[in-house]
Amino acid sequence: MLDAVFFRRWMAVTSAAVDREAERLTALDSPIGDADHGTNLQRGFSAVRAAMDEEPPATPGAVLTRSGRLLISTVGGASGPLYGTLLRRTGKALGDAPEVSREQLAEALRTGVDAVRQLGGAAPGDKTMIDALVPAVDALGDSFAAARAAAEEGAVATTPLRARKGRASYLGERSIGHQDPGATSAALLIACLADASDASGAYEAGEASGG
Amino acid sequence: MGDEGKLVGIVLVSHSAQVAASVAELAKGLAGTGSAVPVAPAGGTEDGGLGTSAELIAAASASVDRGAGVAVLTDLGSAVLTVKALLAEGDELPEHTRLVDAPFLEGAVAAVVTASTGADLAAVEAAAAEAYTYRKV
Repeated sequence: MLDAVFFRRWMAVTSAAVDREAERLTALDSPIGDADHGTNLQRGFSAVRAAMDEEPPATPGAVLTRSGRLLISTVGGASGPLYGTLLRRTGKALGDAPEVSREQLAEALRTGVDAVRQLGGAAPGDKTMIDALVPAVDALGDSFAAARAAAEEGAVATTPLRARKGRASYLGERSIGHQDPGATSAALLIACLADASDASGAYEAGEASGG
Repeated sequence: MGDEGKLVGIVLVSHSAQVAASVAELAKGLAGTGSAVPVAPAGGTEDGGLGTSAELIAAASASVDRGAGVAVLTDLGSAVLTVKALLAEGDELPEHTRLVDAPFLEGAVAAVVTASTGADLAAVEAAAAEAYTYRKV
């Protein structure tokens, strides 16, 4: 079962990963976006991490609801309301249970992904974060590792697509040949979920050992 | 007419603080001197950069709320998504706050002029949305 410690670890691992990958995310966002994806997410997840350390939420749902709200208020770009809605709706779907199963998380995450689709109006194949999240949620019923692989595959598969949402959509044909930054960061978020589930604790994200 | 002569408030959300402030100034100017419509810009990020700030949007919305509702107009991208996310939250924006689907500048002028007549939120929204049909050629 997954408790609040697990979910706080997911957020901490994600914050560390976003710090590590910020330059790559911004670089992906340069040819087809406005070159701020990495720094925007860094700002958001730093705020999440600080809030988790300061006042650790006691339930899985509260961790994600609080994190989502912070992303909406701190990111400053479209990824704020999108990731914020993803986490907040997932958190709300988890309710106030002290522990949830992987299957329950998969179900809640599907609710979150549906809310993101509704908010941004994106469908699979539009070259967005949805292209990584939908296959990840489908695979999460099997295992964390399967979700990670599916998200990564989904992100890579955005490269030949033509963008139909967001700033990149104005570029038309020229958006083809670039991996979507949003799908890439979404795959990172799912990879961090798999990392957080790694019982070996190989990923030391501070909080991982803190309990 | 709005309730008890109260005026609908207008919030203008742009990626740029200057754009939001200038469009607010223009719309108020075209509504005529003496227009009492509360109009507030919410432009850029809190540190003055290009982007969208949920905090600035919430503060601007609260500042123009006179009890007759608040119409929010946005430019694009994160401005639209942030307002939608705040509305979905439930308690972040004043009661009867609505994201109005309208062209930013033309819609702002239509909204402010309409609100200055004491029209209710639905009428303000309709006038702003109708600005999409205004052809220039």
